[in-house]
Amino acid sequence: MTYTQLALVGVAAVVLLDLLVVRTRLLTRKAFWVPYAIIVFFQLVTNGVLTGFRIVTYNGDMIVGDSTPIDGPPPFLGEGRIAFAPMEDLLFGFALVLLSIMMWVVWGRRGVQRTPMAGPPLWRDRARDAQ
Amino acid sequence: MKLAYLGVLVFILLASGWLEVVLRTRVYTRWRRLVLTLTVPVAVFVVWDIYAIGADHWGFSDQYTTGILLGVLPLEELLFFIVVPIAAILSVEAVRSVKGWPLGDEVLPDLPPDAHPDLHIGPLR
Repeated sequence: MTYTQLALVGVAAVVLLDLLVVRTRLLTRKAFWVPYAIIVFFQLVTNGVLTGFRIVTYNGDMIVGDSTPIDGPPPFLGEGRIAFAPMEDLLFGFALVLLSIMMWVVWGRRGVQRTPMAGPPLWRDRARDAQ
Repeated sequence: MKLAYLGVLVFILLASGWLEVVLRTRVYTRWRRLVLTLTVPVAVFVVWDIYAIGADHWGFSDQYTTGILLGVLPLEELLFFIVVPIAAILSVEAVRSVKGWPLGDEVLPDLPPDAHPDLHIGPLR
């Protein structure tokens, strides 16, 4: 299988797990999508470093875009690339992030260190003390 | 420059780690839940990575990696599948700390704390 095909299968698998099998239904929650927007920004930055400096290189036969050139960075945008990285990496990252958060929720749901819950932020201490 | 890839991983740890303190995410504090959580994505994505290396989907620079290999897998790749899920979970808990939006693992006020976990699934949104 190509990376493109495998990435699509990976996303389909975790979406199926989330909505139908494990039923964490993270894809229906703001509590997933807002953090994901933050995560994907940092993915573009860090993965841009990994792919732009050719720390990781890709085979053009396995992705929508062309192979990582030997003598310079790949395209920043276009030709199947987004911030130097193959667009497949966004699918790969989505699958990794959704699976990870899903398992975190699964163990919480099963009662493994469900508490102490997150929060409140430090800056709210002062507001509370003032009351 | 052999530490370049490791440097990216350190950046991810630092850029997400402060949330544990300032937003009280309590992710590292709940390290047993974290370790259990990591087993699945680490296992799945290490297998994916080993397949992808074998099928020549991608490769790694000798110049920018330590060269430490676990079989065919660069050490940095294994660490990536630990560091990135931790950063993702920190992000989720940070937003929950500020906004309080439910994620589906909360105890409902009208249910006893020891109620079966499945009872929490339905009405939680």
